[in-house]
Amino acid sequence: MATSTAHNVNLEAAMVLTPPPLADYLVVAPLAIGFVFGALCLMTRKNIDRQPYIAISGLVLMLLADIGLFWHVLQNGTVVMTMGRWLPPFGITFVADMLGATFALVAGIVGLAGGVYALEDVDRTGRRYGFYPFLLLMLSGVTAAFLTGDIFNLYVWFEVLLIGSFGLLVLGSEREQLDGATKYALLNLIATTLFLLAVAYMYGMFGTLNMADISRKAAGLRDTGPLFTIAALFLFAFAMKAAAFPVNFWLPASYHTPRIVVSGLFAGLLTKVGVYALLRIFLTLFDVERDALAGTIAIVAVATMVLGAMGALAQNDIRRLLGYLVISGIGMMLAGLALGSQTGLSGAVFYAAHSMVVMTALYFLAGMIGERMNGFALNEAGGLYSRVPWLAAIALILFLSVSGLPPFSGLWPKAFLVKASLDVGAWWLAFSILLTGLLTTIAVGRTFAFAFWRESTRETDDTDTTRPTNGGRAVAGSLIALTLLSVAVGIYPEPVIRVTDRIASELLTSGSYVDAVFPAEEPMVEEPSADEGEAQE
Amino acid sequence: METAMAVLTGLFFATSFYLMLSRHIIRILLGVTILGNAVNLTIFTTGRITREIPPIIPDDAVMPIEAIANPLPQALVLTAIVISFSFFAFLLVLVFRSYQELGTDDTDEMRDAEPRDEPAPPLGY
Repeated sequence: MATSTAHNVNLEAAMVLTPPPLADYLVVAPLAIGFVFGALCLMTRKNIDRQPYIAISGLVLMLLADIGLFWHVLQNGTVVMTMGRWLPPFGITFVADMLGATFALVAGIVGLAGGVYALEDVDRTGRRYGFYPFLLLMLSGVTAAFLTGDIFNLYVWFEVLLIGSFGLLVLGSEREQLDGATKYALLNLIATTLFLLAVAYMYGMFGTLNMADISRKAAGLRDTGPLFTIAALFLFAFAMKAAAFPVNFWLPASYHTPRIVVSGLFAGLLTKVGVYALLRIFLTLFDVERDALAGTIAIVAVATMVLGAMGALAQNDIRRLLGYLVISGIGMMLAGLALGSQTGLSGAVFYAAHSMVVMTALYFLAGMIGERMNGFALNEAGGLYSRVPWLAAIALILFLSVSGLPPFSGLWPKAFLVKASLDVGAWWLAFSILLTGLLTTIAVGRTFAFAFWRESTRETDDTDTTRPTNGGRAVAGSLIALTLLSVAVGIYPEPVIRVTDRIASELLTSGSYVDAVFPAEEPMVEEPSADEGEAQE
Repeated sequence: METAMAVLTGLFFATSFYLMLSRHIIRILLGVTILGNAVNLTIFTTGRITREIPPIIPDDAVMPIEAIANPLPQALVLTAIVISFSFFAFLLVLVFRSYQELGTDDTDEMRDAEPRDEPAPPLGY
């Protein structure tokens, strides 16, 4: 690249010369809004009465931008934008395909629900410690991780969402929180560092960090390079982020310690980023390596889902029980990744979206149960059915939904996954999925029996039969909204299935991702070494 | 040169894994920090170590006139250093706070979030 002395450089080879259409700016709109409003919340952190309004309007705008982006991608296919006018692979590319746009949309829904729930759940002290800025920045990090098309940039977003989650986790600094946060922080930091290590090896091999560029160069390097090693490293790092067995122990140690709204947001958003990254890496970049690792992923998936459900059975604290159910759900998604077929991937993505909504709602529900029982211990629970019948109805819906029973949203993805397993003769995988469903039903059914049906064990202190504070409209409203979403998807799943089917077929033809980033078939001068400059920073 | 760097990086990794196997949080923290540095060295090495001039283009040229060093690994390492340093600062405070609060830095004794005597769930009404 150094010998030419021609002075009139052809800019067309390196830069975008026509400005992108206005609609394409939707790719960066959600995170731009998130960061701007996060900064505004930070500036108004002294004025904690006004801060929630700013935060909620920011979350609403983010959700609108997510909806707009989703609609744009649904109509016009993958949208690509490269920063700083550089053509890919030189600039940092943002790519919104159906997978990323769908995850970003569900994250937006969960984020808004969390923000509304927090209006009453997070008190003034929590706001003063900066709940809303952390929430907005973490949500921006999550959304950006779903939309970036650059592997190093993905690492940066992982760290952004991680530091936001640290802030939320230690909010209040109680003993339990500090204990949980120490383990969460150290193990997650190790996971992202290992992810960075995999990125380093990949950069040494490919000389590029653009995911589409890596995808199209992978075929040529497969014979000579240790791609399998790199893929295995990615699997380990992201499995740790996603809390897959045997690297899941940070999750039950920490997810029950913060405020309940934070637990709900973590359950809905964070582990799913790991799942998203696994889908992206193993289907868009390393599809051949995925086939080779499919057996390992399947074993991990089975262990994660079954042991997660068994862990849930052994818990007395409702929040810890839910933590194990989060892990169990991760196993389901990994099963879809291991199958790697159209039906399996469609089921995995559907399950991820279902899990984001339902797990968040379940934590919100646990918060309401805990508030009415003055604690989360099952052996002291009871009497809620007679006191708050509507909450019992919602609990029943969510419990059936998380176990995958009809007519709620958990049924369809599980049906897809079982069918996909039987299609390839993996009866043991189908059996594990159904067994997990049974164990989950027992665990949540027992929770329902103890917390709602059983007569109250404490006859005397029936203190809060009426709502203690603020009417509880925001708390109940966000919980009911998420529950209705699960019911609606369960009764009328066709639109969602169409979307997830399209995601699965897009993932299975990794060429579509590459073609979107590199539209014209231009002969690029390439040498497979590391000194191909890429304008980073 | 790459060989020497590879050996050095390997030593870094070995040290960090040894430290992370400890039960004491402060050693784990040091291990994580060394792990971050080991990864930074890896990025630097995988970017190929060459003796070239810095990537600066003279005023009267539009592209480098001779072979230049690869600037990208340095940008990556710089980003990673900033991130790992800020995380180290946060973790140091977090670990110190939990040491103050819990009175121990032994992970076996840190059982506040997962108490040993947590009762089993009720088996019947």
